[in-house]
Amino acid sequence: MDRHRPALTTAGDPPGDVVANRLPWPLVAGLCAVPGVFLVVFYAWPFARLLARGVSASAIGDTLGREVTWDITWFTLWQAVVSTVLTIVVGLAPAYVLARYHFAGRRALAAMLTAVFVLPTVVMGAAVLALLPGGWERGVPAILTAHVLFNLAVVVRTVGAVLDHLPPDLEAAAATLGAPPWRTFVEITAPLLRPAILAAGSIVFVFTFTSFGVIRVLGRAGTSTIEVEVWRQATQLGDVGAAATLAVLQLVLVAVAVIWSARQQRRHGRALRLRAGATRRRPRPGTERRFVGLVAVLTGAVVAAPLVALVARSLRGRDGWSTAAWRGLGRSEVRPGIDLGIDPLGAIATSLRTTAAATLIALGIGVTAALGIAAARRAGRLLDTGLMLPIATSAVTIGFGILITFDRAPVDWRGTWWIVPVGQALVAVPFVVRAILPVLRSIDPHLQEAAATLGASPSRAWRTITWPFLRRPVVAAAGLAAAISLGEFGATSFLTRTGSATMPIAVERLLGRTGAVLQAQGYALATILAAVTIVIVLVIDATGGDRRT
Amino acid sequence: MATLLAVAVVGPLIACGDDGDDGGDITDSGTGDVSVAATPSSLTMVVYDSFPESGSLTDALAWFTADTGIAVDVVVAGDTGTMVSKAVLTAGNPEGDVMFGVDNTFLSRILEAEVFEDYAAAGLETVPDALTTLVPDGEATPVDFGDVCVNYDVTWFEDHDLEPPGDLEALADPAYAGLLVVENPASSSPGLAFVLASIASFGEDGWRDYWTRLRDNGVEVVDGWTEAYYEQFSGASDGEKPLVVSYGTSPPAEVVFADPPIDEATTAVIDTTCFRQVEFAGVLRGTDHPTEARQLVDFLLTPTFQAELPLNLFVYPANGDVALPEVFTANASLPADPATLDPATIAAGREGWIEQWTDTVLR
Repeated sequence: MDRHRPALTTAGDPPGDVVANRLPWPLVAGLCAVPGVFLVVFYAWPFARLLARGVSASAIGDTLGREVTWDITWFTLWQAVVSTVLTIVVGLAPAYVLARYHFAGRRALAAMLTAVFVLPTVVMGAAVLALLPGGWERGVPAILTAHVLFNLAVVVRTVGAVLDHLPPDLEAAAATLGAPPWRTFVEITAPLLRPAILAAGSIVFVFTFTSFGVIRVLGRAGTSTIEVEVWRQATQLGDVGAAATLAVLQLVLVAVAVIWSARQQRRHGRALRLRAGATRRRPRPGTERRFVGLVAVLTGAVVAAPLVALVARSLRGRDGWSTAAWRGLGRSEVRPGIDLGIDPLGAIATSLRTTAAATLIALGIGVTAALGIAAARRAGRLLDTGLMLPIATSAVTIGFGILITFDRAPVDWRGTWWIVPVGQALVAVPFVVRAILPVLRSIDPHLQEAAATLGASPSRAWRTITWPFLRRPVVAAAGLAAAISLGEFGATSFLTRTGSATMPIAVERLLGRTGAVLQAQGYALATILAAVTIVIVLVIDATGGDRRT
Repeated sequence: MATLLAVAVVGPLIACGDDGDDGGDITDSGTGDVSVAATPSSLTMVVYDSFPESGSLTDALAWFTADTGIAVDVVVAGDTGTMVSKAVLTAGNPEGDVMFGVDNTFLSRILEAEVFEDYAAAGLETVPDALTTLVPDGEATPVDFGDVCVNYDVTWFEDHDLEPPGDLEALADPAYAGLLVVENPASSSPGLAFVLASIASFGEDGWRDYWTRLRDNGVEVVDGWTEAYYEQFSGASDGEKPLVVSYGTSPPAEVVFADPPIDEATTAVIDTTCFRQVEFAGVLRGTDHPTEARQLVDFLLTPTFQAELPLNLFVYPANGDVALPEVFTANASLPADPATLDPATIAAGREGWIEQWTDTVLR
């Protein structure tokens, strides 16, 4: 066995399986069962109930027989593919720079990216409207711009998590042999990153394929994705049959794409002899420093634009600037006898509580699932795909499914507080899995073998070998889960009850009503949402041992 | 397709060799109590999402509690369409005891699915016939009404020395080319109401021709009310359109929520373009407490509750004995003869009309 080149010789079975087989099978079964049960109870069962209620031969026939269904499907597909490719192209440079270099404002930039990821769609819409030149502000260019802005964080975080750990010796060797930096990236780094790029790409694809708010705010009237059409059929027309049929159509198309991507990831997955801890350094003076500076400044400008637009809108009064919205946030009575009817500060507290619960659930389920997926073979793949299904499923169908499933004792859960964080966790779990799995699969199996040879028990080997690699992705996943939960709108809006409105829900309600005060307070609350996200992400990143080398 | 789903999610459990102990252990919920007590301690009222969570309207519900000893929990179910869809899905095993706020464009869905119990509320005699004739057998209880109308930016028309359009027909006049923004009826409730206004005015034969002329006159279509009013309408945003489809009570709402305060609205309504929306409440069939739920519906028609509706929901009280607040009488004009359509006609025509409208205006 060539112990010096394990990274480039792996073929066939993913290395994760090798690690896996060292775990006792009851443990593997348990690791798969916990997320499996979660998925069945809170996703598959409600969704199946809704399908049983809505799907019939005539509903399928009617829906699939309409020409407009296929127009919508085609638009959904091509805009998702273009959005995904653009996001990856735009996101690689910032991912590389943020993972590899230390520079002033690095953490703030990473946190801002994540904040943009959870901005309420209305807010992003307003920002894109403000940024794009006249004539372009509504339609496909606006949709693509918003999709790229929203999803940059996915590419930066997912690809960055692997870049963080890539051993520098291959790149160093290429440099020593005289390859210019771009060639080192194209020929050495990029191929090693392929699984992570595919992982990020599949998430961005799912997100943009199921795009809802962006399409509604920025699309030309009549522009519709399948997700928008499901919502319209289910809520505005009350046609559950058409909605359920379209939801299944969407799910099947996304599942095909995700399965293809997972297969590609496995094919290109290889043990990389990852190093624990960051390999970050300061850029060298000259070209390197200019490159890092340029990427950082451009990325900063791109992500700052929507945030600045947000603050500006919150400060806009009838005659110029005004801080009235901010001053009035604590009072719900805007005039004697006139009440806002929405408590923005209460929404902040609700959001924080809900997010804490959702993050804990998502981490518990997601980490267990990632370990199970890496350890089990076929079952792992099924679970991996299964956990992606909720984000590919329209929020309306999940919400309505839960409504008609948990409706009588002993499972009369439709009014319970925890159903909201559970719904958010369904959406966040695949991100936790995605953040952890590529790293888990890339851990050099020889390290585990060596530990076993030296007499370490499987649990000790796991603690000393695997966990150090996992700590950072777990923390990154927690940040992502918290951010997703904070900004989650779809599932929350269908599960939320009075007094449990989270910030995005409150923002949407404020912006949906007539009155300057309501508008300004909506934007002020959205600003707070973005700020809270930045703080949470900064705190979580900081506790993640973001050490310098 | 369902098989694929089942395999994808159930597969791991089986394939992992799990022995099934942790399969369906979901029976130990502590919340599954079914109350069969004679008098409940609280009732649940399901509402749409513009219903305030606090303030004078919810405070008014305390009077019901004071009279009966029964508290009222308010549950927000989403926008009206979502609330109606949820109610239809849970008909017979409802999420609450009373539902508030179904309008006449959605009423037929509620009636067809038998979401409500028939009930003739006490206090119905205070409600004008125009509202009660929609529900002659107590299928639902009218609680408030309002209009969807074209609003205009008063300042813009003054600055441009132009009279605002006089009626629907005038909107197709080249003098007003490119000035109107409307919502897509496929996704917006005021958008649909405005299309219904055109159908009521021009008839089922003439309304498409009217929209062809509107399209040729440069009507702008956006997805929802927020985009129309707060991005395109010059009276409330940086937008450039001085004409927008909004509510008849948008001008008083502009005054009430202005910052800094203003005395007079800078927007106004063209009251020949209005479509009347009537909102209904009802006792949800399957409630455990029908007697008390009926009492709550009675309460919704009392002056105590009705008087709070205008400034909280910007609608007119159904109870004709209730006086309107001054900001309404000063800034809102109640059209004498708004367009209306029978709820059953709307239900039958809705989907086809939306498709025809899409073909006419967007394709």
